[in-house]
Amino acid sequence: MRDNSEALEEAVSVESADKVFNSGSDNEVQALLGIDLNVKEGDFISLIGPSGCGKSTLLRLIADLLSPTAGEVKVFGKTANQARLDQDYGMVFQHSGLFDWRDVSANIELPLELKGWSKADRHVRSREMLKLVRLEEFKDYYPRQLSGGMQQRVSIARALSFEPRLLLMDEPFGALDEMTREHMQVELLRIWRETGTTVVFVTHSIPEAAFLSSKVVVLSPRPGRIHSEITVNLGNRTDETREDPEFFQATTEVREALRAVEAN
Amino acid sequence: MKKNRLASVLPPVIVGIVGLALWEGTVTVFGIREILLPKPSSIWAQLFEKWSVLRHATWETGKISVSGLLVGIFLGVLMALIANRFKVLNDGFTPLAIAINATPIVALAPIFNAWFGITGTFSNQAVVIAVVFFPVFINTAKGLNEVHPNEIELMQSYAASEWTILREVRIPNALPFFANSLRLAAPLSVIAAIVAEYFGGPQDRIGTVITSSAGFAKYDVAWAAIAMASGLGLLLFGSALVTERLSMPWRISGDIKDN
Repeated sequence: MRDNSEALEEAVSVESADKVFNSGSDNEVQALLGIDLNVKEGDFISLIGPSGCGKSTLLRLIADLLSPTAGEVKVFGKTANQARLDQDYGMVFQHSGLFDWRDVSANIELPLELKGWSKADRHVRSREMLKLVRLEEFKDYYPRQLSGGMQQRVSIARALSFEPRLLLMDEPFGALDEMTREHMQVELLRIWRETGTTVVFVTHSIPEAAFLSSKVVVLSPRPGRIHSEITVNLGNRTDETREDPEFFQATTEVREALRAVEAN
Repeated sequence: MKKNRLASVLPPVIVGIVGLALWEGTVTVFGIREILLPKPSSIWAQLFEKWSVLRHATWETGKISVSGLLVGIFLGVLMALIANRFKVLNDGFTPLAIAINATPIVALAPIFNAWFGITGTFSNQAVVIAVVFFPVFINTAKGLNEVHPNEIELMQSYAASEWTILREVRIPNALPFFANSLRLAAPLSVIAAIVAEYFGGPQDRIGTVITSSAGFAKYDVAWAAIAMASGLGLLLFGSALVTERLSMPWRISGDIKDN
């Protein structure tokens, strides 16, 4: 789908980043401390940790929705700010963030519209994206008419519509029921393989992190620090993978790291 | 769908007709004097007899209500947009507006007469504008503000300007809130105009027809004028509903899909 010939090694690099909220006031919070993180192009990495560990904050530093108090964040070798202005990444939240007043096609086309694409080009691309997320027949529906899982698929289609090389996801399946969630995970892996996009995925689900990622980054809370990085290699994953001993081993490893974090 | 609509319209129509019949019957059977409570048939008769006066009065009052409503909406929306742009103004003005909205603004009518003159129509119009402004401002400002944080972050991730966020997210988000305020403000505008007319302004209005008829003990005429005023209020309320429907097609959504 994309020309990878001039692919860069580093998609994301975070160097000794700190984030302090309400600096200087009584409710000052050290959200992140000394974060070093490297994400290679084509990687699928998950950020996991107990609530308050700053995993969503870290994602927002990469997205340049927040600025680090200290340290440096680079995306594809540029400053995070430049990467945001260049729209080098797409973003998916737990709240699908679809606009009620736009039908499915118009929601997917929103970022293209803002970039000034012609109507015809937008249509072509939104058709492709609907095909990618397998929702072709719902293009004229309004978001309220769709189930939660379908809404998240539209949200993913929208995030990928302008072919960003990086996809940032903040607990995108957190509000879905377990069966839909597992189905969406398989779908996301298929999309990831088909598009070659780099993914940084925030979750609090152990099996989700183990199933999806090539690397699970475990964070510890107060202040948020990287506790450990666990490499997972499950190869081509299907629903059957969830019953494999390798998958069990990966979840156990992540679970033990999280227990160690909690024990601190 | 057609069947449903008929099923929802029929019960209130039946209750209304039965109510009118009971009213007529009670007044006749118990010999209640027309001066206390005229029969619906007498009121109906007055509607025909005094039609030209009533029609003219309704038209004039209607003009005040509608023009005041439109100006009030315009000012309310404009102020909501300004308050959304400048946080200081929002923090300072919005709580004040909510407090003022809880007061009986129509009580200002005699004061407005002193300010803007008792013979012209502007003091009546000013009461309507004041009554419409506050609910429109409060609701629209709320709709512009209450956007899910993720939706703002999403737009920022597209490097969208504040202006684009206003146009693409805040304004459409505020539409349902604005529509709710219209449902409130449209009938209020008629109430405000009539109450203002009780206190001053030209003499050929619904408000003055009601007070002068009541003064001459012609209660059937007063009731006929009240019926006209109700019709006007319903007409404006209906227009608010139609506007709501037309401006937000996505709200008439079909069934939820399961998957």
